[in-house]
Order: sequence, then C-alpha cells, then structure tokens
Amino acid sequence: MRSFLKLLVLAAIVGAGIGLWVTAPNRVDAARFDGLTGDAARGETVFTAAGCASCHHAKGSEDKLLLTGGMEFVSDFGTFYAPNISPHPEAGIGGWSFEDFANAVTRGVSPEGQHYYPAFPYTAYTKMQDQDLSDLWAYMQTLDPSDVASKPHDVGFPFNIRRSVGGWKFLFMSDDYVIEAADNERGRYLVETLAHCAECHTPRNPLGALDKARWMGGAPNPSGSGTIPALTPDKLDWSAADVAYYLESGFTPSFDAVGGHMAEVVENFAALPAEDREAVAAYIKALPPLDE
Amino acid sequence: MKTPFAALALLAVLGTPALAQDLPQPVKARQGQFNIMALNLGVLGGMARGTVEYDAEAAQAAADSLVAVSSLSQGAMWPDGTDDGSIAGTRAKADIWGNMDDFTSKWADFGEAATAMAAAAGTGRDALGPNMGALGNACKACHDTYRAPE
Repeated sequence: MRSFLKLLVLAAIVGAGIGLWVTAPNRVDAARFDGLTGDAARGETVFTAAGCASCHHAKGSEDKLLLTGGMEFVSDFGTFYAPNISPHPEAGIGGWSFEDFANAVTRGVSPEGQHYYPAFPYTAYTKMQDQDLSDLWAYMQTLDPSDVASKPHDVGFPFNIRRSVGGWKFLFMSDDYVIEAADNERGRYLVETLAHCAECHTPRNPLGALDKARWMGGAPNPSGSGTIPALTPDKLDWSAADVAYYLESGFTPSFDAVGGHMAEVVENFAALPAEDREAVAAYIKALPPLDE
Repeated sequence: MKTPFAALALLAVLGTPALAQDLPQPVKARQGQFNIMALNLGVLGGMARGTVEYDAEAAQAAADSLVAVSSLSQGAMWPDGTDDGSIAGTRAKADIWGNMDDFTSKWADFGEAATAMAAAAGTGRDALGPNMGALGNACKACHDTYRAPE
C-alpha cells in the first residue's frame, strides 16, 4: 500500500512536470535573427498582406494606421479585444525588443512569458520568414503612437487561465503548411501565413482549433450572423481571374460588392502587387474539393 | 395523423413562394435599384477587365444608368422597421437608421463616383479601371458598415 502511494505521488509529480513542460511558453532562439536588418518600406507590404491594421485600428476610425486596438472578437470562449500595438512605450509595444516582437507574432508569447489567446493569428504567423518579421518590426515603429490602454479580454473560467493556452498550442499549433504548393509558394505563403485566410474560411473544432480536414470549407461567421463562404472548388466556381479581380476591386463576378470584414481584406489586397493577387487566386483554384 | 401532415405539406408548398414575395414594396424597390447598379457595373467591369470588348456607346449607357440610379430619391425606400432585425429577406443593418446622415453621405459618394465614371466612360477603355476602383470603394465603404453578412 505504501509503495503504491509512493508510486502515485511520483506519477503525480511526473504528470505535473510534463504538464508544466507542455504548457510552458516556447520562445524563439534570438540568435537566429543575428545580422538581420529591417527595411521599413518592405515591411509596409508585409504589414498590408498580414492585415494587421484591419483588426488593430480603432473601431470606426478612419485612420487605419493608428493601431489603438479595441475591435472585439466574440467566440464560444469569451470576447477578445484587439490590443494597442502602436509604438507607444506604455500603452502599446514601443518598449519591446525585436525578440519580444518575434515571440509575440510567431509564438504567441508576451514579453512577460504569458500565452496570448489564438484570436491573434500567431498559428498562421508562426511560418513568417525572418526577414519579413524584421521588416515588419521596422515598419511598425514608424507609425504614430496611441496612448489608449488596451481593453482586457472578457473570458470566463477555465479559459481565463492563460497557462491552458499552452496545452492548446501543444495540441494544435504547427508550422507545417496544409496544402502542397511546390509551384506556388508565394500564393501559399500569402494565404496560409500572412493573410491568415483560414482563420475565417475554415471551420473550427469544439476546442476552437482549425479543422484542417475541412480546409477552406467555409464556417459560421464569428460575428454570430451568417456564414463565411467556402473557397473549395465544389462550392466556389469563380475563375482564377475572377478571384484576382475580386481581391483588387471588391466586385464578385456578378458585380455585387464586398462587405463586412472582407471589405478590409480586399482593401489590403488591392494595395499589393497584381502578382500577389494572382498567386492567391492560383492557390484558391488549386484547393482540393471537399466531398460532402 | 394524415391530415396535419398533408396540411403541413400544403403549407410548405404554398408558404415558400408567399414568403419570397412578402417583402414590403420599399425593400423590393431598393433591392431592384442595387440590381440595376450591379448589371451596369458588370458591363463596365467586363470591359475594364478585358473579358468584353470595349464599346464606347455601351460604356456610356451603362455609366449614365449608374448616375440615374444615384439620382433616385432614397427616402421612400428606407422606411422604419425594414432592417434585418425586423424582417427577413434584407441585409440592411439597423445602424442605417441610427446614422442616416452618414448613410446618406455614403450614398452621395456613390453618386460622385458614378458621375466621374460617366464623364470618362466614353473616352476609352483605359479610363474604366480607375473609375471602377472608385465605384468599388464607394460600395465597400457603405457595405462595410451597413450591410450584414450573408
């Protein structure tokens, strides 16, 4: 009996140890950035493609480059608010190092070592190229600071235990690409990494992770009303040129005009080179159909 | 057991087309004007993209139709109680009625973009692209705020 108790205590200690190890923040190795210099002009393109302003500008504000935050994201786990990521030293991220920024964007880990909630699409950004990350950081420091404090998330138990996000990451975070795209790496990088299209266009499992077996299969609108359309060829019959023109102009093939959050996405894509829109269109048209 | 089922089936058959036609006249009217817009934007957009050959006369006619739509009085088409929370079959958000001045000014922006298109549409294919961009922005600006997702 006594030895059984010992074994149980040992198992508990090992279990807790594994639990702590699994849920611990996984940081970048800063040495990997040695010798990198950020180019702010190139960073603007990364910033646009990654859609940073679309979620981090103040709701209703015309100035999309003042990254005050505040936009809300309603989910089954609570309501998340986009934080201030302007270069303000206290309210924003002005006091961060590049390493802090890399940990936030590609690992979902704050400078204090806390896990961010995956409403922040670091599960996509984790595949961001080092040079792009460095350029993005250089660009973001050129933007105006906002002194508005970030709004705390409204998340209930048990999701308010940030450590649990570590377990979520262990289960669901991967830097593997979903689609084979040897002949269209730019398109895949834009869709799966920077523009994080799947965050809305792919359904989620009960724990809020993307259901990769139903990649781009369409999903309920997180805002609660309506659905986000599927992009797979069994559902979307647009040509590649139609997709590229939609991303440039916001017009569908029947000349309905884009609305909702997608209007922000089109605004970003319209500012990118035509080759980028064509690469995205080629990726979309190469998606495998989903059999229903 | 048979009767309620038959009644239900009958209701389903009769009920569906009835629902589709039950939209109030002002809602049908405003949706009609958006269809006329889309049709004419399609003519211009097809030429701008090069999927349809440029035809100065057809381009001018389409642009003039957009200006004509923009000049329609909107007042009667947006009565209270015709938002997406009150009736089915519309995506017009209730925010429209809380921000009527902004809504009206966004509609006026479409009118400006349509007028600019009408001034340029007959002069050549190259003029269409930038004006389609401006028209698209006018559509987006309003949809972004006042149209609910599908």
